[in-house]
Amino acid sequence: MSDQVQTSHAAPKGFIRKYIFSTDHKVIGIQYFFLALVAALIGMLMSLLIRLRLAWPTERWPMLETIFPEGFKDGLMQPEFYLAMVTMHGTIMVFMVLTTAPQSGFGNYFLPIQIGARDMAFPVLNALSFWLTAVSFLVLIAALFVVGGAPLGGWTFYPTLSAIPSAGPGQALGADLWIVSIALFCVASLLGALNFITTTLNMRTSGMTLMRMPLSCWGWFTTAVIALLAFPVLLAGGILLLLDRNVGTGFFIPSGLVVSGKLIEGGGGSTILWQHLFWFFGHPEVYIAILPGMGATSHILATFARKPVFGHKAMVVAMFAIGLLGFFVWGHHMFISGMNPSVAIAFSVLTLVIGVPSAIKTFNWLGTLWGARIRFTTPMLFAIGFVSLFVAGGVTGLVLGQTALDVVFHDTHFVTGHFHLIMGVAAIFGIFAATYYWFPKMFARTMNETLGKLHFVLTFVGVYAIFIPFHVLGIAGHPRRYADSSGYEFLQALDPLHVVITIAAFATAAAQVIFLVNFFWSLFKGKRAEANPWEATTLEWSTPTPVPHENFGEVLPVVHHDPYEYSVPGATKDYVMQTEPNSF
Amino acid sequence: MGRLLAILIWLITAGTAAFFAWSKTKTGWWFPEAISEHAAAMDSQFNLTWAVVAVAFFGAQAALGYAVWKFRSKGNERATYSEGNTRIEIVLVAITGIVFIALAITGQRVWANLHLNQAPPDAVQIEATGQQFNWYFRHPGADGRFGSTSPKLYDDTDNSVGARPGPLGIDPKDPSGKDDIFGQTLVIPINRPINLTLRAKDVTHNFYAPALRLKQDAVPGLKINLHFTATKEGKYEIACAELCGQLHHQMRAYMRVVSQAEFEKWLSENAPK
Repeated sequence: MSDQVQTSHAAPKGFIRKYIFSTDHKVIGIQYFFLALVAALIGMLMSLLIRLRLAWPTERWPMLETIFPEGFKDGLMQPEFYLAMVTMHGTIMVFMVLTTAPQSGFGNYFLPIQIGARDMAFPVLNALSFWLTAVSFLVLIAALFVVGGAPLGGWTFYPTLSAIPSAGPGQALGADLWIVSIALFCVASLLGALNFITTTLNMRTSGMTLMRMPLSCWGWFTTAVIALLAFPVLLAGGILLLLDRNVGTGFFIPSGLVVSGKLIEGGGGSTILWQHLFWFFGHPEVYIAILPGMGATSHILATFARKPVFGHKAMVVAMFAIGLLGFFVWGHHMFISGMNPSVAIAFSVLTLVIGVPSAIKTFNWLGTLWGARIRFTTPMLFAIGFVSLFVAGGVTGLVLGQTALDVVFHDTHFVTGHFHLIMGVAAIFGIFAATYYWFPKMFARTMNETLGKLHFVLTFVGVYAIFIPFHVLGIAGHPRRYADSSGYEFLQALDPLHVVITIAAFATAAAQVIFLVNFFWSLFKGKRAEANPWEATTLEWSTPTPVPHENFGEVLPVVHHDPYEYSVPGATKDYVMQTEPNSF
Repeated sequence: MGRLLAILIWLITAGTAAFFAWSKTKTGWWFPEAISEHAAAMDSQFNLTWAVVAVAFFGAQAALGYAVWKFRSKGNERATYSEGNTRIEIVLVAITGIVFIALAITGQRVWANLHLNQAPPDAVQIEATGQQFNWYFRHPGADGRFGSTSPKLYDDTDNSVGARPGPLGIDPKDPSGKDDIFGQTLVIPINRPINLTLRAKDVTHNFYAPALRLKQDAVPGLKINLHFTATKEGKYEIACAELCGQLHHQMRAYMRVVSQAEFEKWLSENAPK
């Protein structure tokens, strides 16, 4: 099994077929990964610009003026530039990073291998998904540079601000491009989801029952099911908004609006309709971002705890429960929107119910560590960090999920702190854990452990230093998306906190250079990786490194065991691979 | 590394606790002063929830740190082979479920009071209108009735009290609009229920009064009612809490809570001549 054997289908020879327009799920996975990496760097730089303005709103930056002559007129960051950065940071991070890397990146590479398949069910569709995503990303970036300014309506793009081109800077062509980009992204994600679901259900190798799938596969599968149901709704919303803006329909525009001194013709629509469509997608999107990280974390925790996952079945059920309930709580983003207040109560109760499967996940991660013999590798550190951050971000959901308390905290920095911890950095920690864990399999080399650990410690402390203070800003009442709070008496005392957060943000961003150096150095110069460096049990570690074309030799692996058979009493080694025959 | 990580997790947890405790003692780093009737109930619901949040946060982080400290690998020793413990799982889930759902239900009382009940009929009627980037507040005047408005009549060039149609587009032909009073400061009497009707002229805004513990979108095309009672005289800030465009952060206004006598005096002084 471990010897590389000539496969039935010949691997493509030319560079373009092999690395650019490839239909190999491994190449596509890596393409998605690098797309997300580029997007993450751009998104992070934008967050630093945001932090500059919040810490020093009246400071002049002549050097930045040379790069952004309009955004930094006279060296001063303009409010529309600040809002554009807020909008684009959010959009890029949510769609191009958090939806792309964990699901499309790692999922593409490892789902087929972990279930013992040679590729995804629809390889050409898979390539199409990636290239649509790439075009979507380029269109989004183009929105930054067009006449009329970059879109500034926030990543939620609420009408009527976003529906009426004359409603100020950023509402012209930039807004159209934003919608087109998101619509393309929706199509790409929809196709990707179909592929993931079909692959999971139809292409498992002999012996790979659903309950023998690694939890990472359950993460990707559940996410694909959510994506299949959520993205079409956003796509429909996006198309309607595009029509409102360009054809004069009035789905989201009520009658009788006067914008910039001009009466808007037509109308008859509802702005709240957009919010329903957006959040029907938007809330499940949170789980699209975090579930693959949960799956990877469970997978990695078991590997380095040298123990089976605590309550494997409960983990699967909890993941599906989160996915399902995630479709019935979108209204908690809209308590103060003007929606029927009785409906808000139902959304609120369901929102706190979703805390229960989330708590199951946390218990079981702790249970997995209990009685373990933990090996503290870099991926394990990030997986443990994921658990810590998931808890830190999750608990404040108890505050925000309550109707009455949301009245106080809605659209304050309490929310910013909450979602950055749970769907921002927790998900990013999942990505880092996955990167350090699977790097040896993907790139056939090993990343440097010392640099990895240093990167972990600085980032772990850094993200807490950034996002815990956000909660205090929010408790004091500080609204989000304010380019400048100096006009408000009740926000004056918070200025030093903004400076502290900005310093922490720059320091944490600088620590990411350690990751980049480690990543690229290891890519070319890292120690050659063995087939199974972590002594892990699942199928990706039973195939040789580098992974051959079509993943396995002539014969597909046969699975005999549950995914995490570590420290089995009586076994010769402390791990039993899924492919090992029953008599060990 | 195991011990270092455990210490790191505990330090972060303790640091977070210390930071919140310290923030609470600093002026301007915790809730603004609360001056509405429902605010006390809201704040006590927050304190209850915050206690649960603290227990969950510290409990989970402490346990995580402990596991990391205690169960690090030692030589070739093997981990305990266990696939879980259904009984512990069920107990923990039941406790969490009960606590979370209890919070969700208790939290609804304040909400119901705020949004499911109507303002009493004798409430002071005021209309708040948001536009890019300021607020207008309108009182119905002596007749107790608002004059009708029309978007076709909006005129932002003159926003003095007597301007007709003015920025709110008050129909000059409607007699009930003659005595309407409007301005950019919200003036309300103390200890009387206020019924605030929220409107928006262009995009979605949000009436946000931190001291009242109130936040409600002002939605184009809708009239949304909000009722509250202020319990302390003084001058407080109003902000916009829904991104409304380039100068969203400048959409600021004041609210003055005054005695009934002063309120009546203010009304008569500002009545259009």
